[in-house]
Amino acid sequence: MNNKINFSKIFKVANIFSLLAVLVSILFLFFKGLNYGVDFKGGTLLEIRIENKNIQIQDIRSSLNLPELGDVNVKQFGKEGDFLIKFEKNANENEKFTTDLKNIISKKIGSAVNFRRVESVGPKVSSELLKQGLTAIVLSLAAMLFYIWIRFEWQFSLGAIMALIHDVIITLGIFSILSFEVNLSIVAAVLTIVGYSMNDTVVIFDRIRENLLKYSKISTNEISDISINETLSRTVITSLTTLFALVSIFILGGEILRGFSFAMILGVLIGTYSSIFVASPVLNYFKVTQKTLSKEEI
Amino acid sequence: MLSFTKIKVLSIYLILLSAIFFASLNLKNNNLIDKKVNLGLDLQGGSYILLEIDTNPLINQKLQSKVLPIKKLLYVNKINFKDFTISPDNISLTIDKEKQNKFKNLFFKQQENTVNNFIPEYNKFELNLEFSQNKAFIQFSNFGLVSLNNTALKQSIEIIRRRIDDVGTKDPTILQRGDKRILVELPGIDDPERVKELLGKTAQLTFRLVSKDDGFGSEKLILSENNEELTVNKRVVISGDNLVDAQPQFDNESNQPIVRFTLDRLGAQRFGKITTENVGSRLAIVLDNSVISAPQIREAITGGTGTISGGFSFQESTDLALLLRSGALPAPINIVEERTVGPDLGQDSIDAGVFSLIVGFILVIIFMFIKYRIFGLVSNISLIANLFMMVGILTILEATLTLPGIAGIILTVGMAVDSNVLIYERIKEELKTEKLIIHAFDTGYNKAKITVIDANVTTLIAAVILFIFGSGPVKGFAVTLGVGIITTLFSAYFIARHLTSVIVLNDKEGKYFKL
Repeated sequence: MNNKINFSKIFKVANIFSLLAVLVSILFLFFKGLNYGVDFKGGTLLEIRIENKNIQIQDIRSSLNLPELGDVNVKQFGKEGDFLIKFEKNANENEKFTTDLKNIISKKIGSAVNFRRVESVGPKVSSELLKQGLTAIVLSLAAMLFYIWIRFEWQFSLGAIMALIHDVIITLGIFSILSFEVNLSIVAAVLTIVGYSMNDTVVIFDRIRENLLKYSKISTNEISDISINETLSRTVITSLTTLFALVSIFILGGEILRGFSFAMILGVLIGTYSSIFVASPVLNYFKVTQKTLSKEEI
Repeated sequence: MLSFTKIKVLSIYLILLSAIFFASLNLKNNNLIDKKVNLGLDLQGGSYILLEIDTNPLINQKLQSKVLPIKKLLYVNKINFKDFTISPDNISLTIDKEKQNKFKNLFFKQQENTVNNFIPEYNKFELNLEFSQNKAFIQFSNFGLVSLNNTALKQSIEIIRRRIDDVGTKDPTILQRGDKRILVELPGIDDPERVKELLGKTAQLTFRLVSKDDGFGSEKLILSENNEELTVNKRVVISGDNLVDAQPQFDNESNQPIVRFTLDRLGAQRFGKITTENVGSRLAIVLDNSVISAPQIREAITGGTGTISGGFSFQESTDLALLLRSGALPAPINIVEERTVGPDLGQDSIDAGVFSLIVGFILVIIFMFIKYRIFGLVSNISLIANLFMMVGILTILEATLTLPGIAGIILTVGMAVDSNVLIYERIKEELKTEKLIIHAFDTGYNKAKITVIDANVTTLIAAVILFIFGSGPVKGFAVTLGVGIITTLFSAYFIARHLTSVIVLNDKEGKYFKL
């Protein structure tokens, strides 16, 4: 390739940047934490559509300011007249809670109210869902680690897993910084990011392995450089087409998918970055050379 | 890699055609093959309700029922005891040390044991007996608790199924989840609140006499009509178990909605006897610890039928009759999770999802065509084939399509071209060194194969784990993502490769090879 970019030259800078980003993310996750949605925190969520467009968000807020309802959070959701209302309480305390809630809202607001969505999750279920989500993410990382370990050498496996952990931590860190709501679909997004980032890393690793066998005289960093450049157009094209699909969901797919597609867009960008700037340098740190490759591959 | 035998080509397109056939089944109803992609609750509207049974009251109740048999066992075998007390989860009593072994042997006798049931499937007894000095403690063994729990859960599922069938919802799903939970899915339901109320009620019905003095063996209950406090005897005259039928009706005189019930033979006898003996007293009709009504017994009721009136609306009488017919839940049930989506939101989600799918698809197709020209076209054809196969497989599996599932399809569209991109980029590289075009394509496909498989397996791993751990809509995402990977591999390595081979083999001058 003619337009060869010298990636390895900026490996060090990129790695320091990544380390800082991971550190900041961990600090945010530790001190600020994630903004868990109803799925993971428990509580009740109502999506309503009000026919009377004159009713403003303040009207709903003030009409729901009742002691028996506890903490209430109202926000505009998509179109005019559509609102999302969150309550800390849930149906677990009283099975008629959502029924009562609907009655109160209908009465207070006066205009016709269409209850488009109701979600109520008890504390036990929400903590289970959170545990399940975390287990799923950890397990998928472990499974990826195992797969790469079988297909490549352990140094590759370690590089890949560091890239994945890097992606997951920074994605979650950005969620924390933006106070972005984390619910079940975000876990799905994170898992898909893990799969996608891995996919990207594997393509580059495959090429590095191939080139390690081809050239025995040059340094690991140079081999990384050649390999990244050779696969670069593929990396860019695939990221682009995936982003086309995701941006189309983000803009046109409706409110419910917005968070999910945002998380995915973030993940694709971070994942693409990490396969080049995190996974590959790790091979150099571990001094991967032709000799590292096991006999059967040669 | 570019040579295809006739049989191979034939089977590739046969597979594609049959996938298209299955995909087309979704377009209209037919009686031939009843397979369709189901829409998830988030797309067609409906309720998802997760219920949890609370077995603690049941444990206490079962323990209470052991009291008489235990005492009888002790009397009959002349074992002296004192300080017999029951707490919510155990029974304790004082027995002389010399008699303890005898009690133990009787307590754990395998045959004809009326006190402590032997559970053959676990090879264990339902109750545990422990001694500490001269005290004896009796409580449920872990196996007893499991068996109690499982029986209660099975019964509850049965009763909930009856209640839901009675309401007349279409295609409800009622499933056991874990060892304490029941999942109820009600697609396209208009009034989830009514069903929720019907599901949450234990519906323990008892007929008990109202007593004049509040001595031992009676309790104070509230009459729901006018909040009157009544002292009601704890002794049950008849219970809901004795009912064989209950129907909502209108009272002939007052024209008020009432519930008419029919008792079984045993219940009718008892009811006749008690009403004969207690003419003039009041009979409390108690449902879940609240008195519905407490009419005066004006004459003996021996026919085995009776009515309950309590100032109901017609809906209330219908629901009460339904609850009585379906029977009481063995243990109280709580709603621990509820998700309801209205039908219009579901339709909006479908519209938005399909629209963004089309836009994403067109963007990808245009991009690929500009980038790779004729081979972009090949990749686009295989992408369309990929979509058809995805829908076809989802139809064969009768999978449930959810909103995240649609997102999974869109994502597959974006990622599916990856395989073709990997291959074409590889071929491009090969073309630089390889003079023979056919060879370049051949090695390109060959060398890219391992990478393509590696890359897809990783995404497949993520999809499988999501499928195992995900719930509801997220599972739908995992399914489309997983199916998408398989169809992607098929369309890249069979359909696109075959189309490419046709072009390459027919184009001797090599005018298309500006990848």
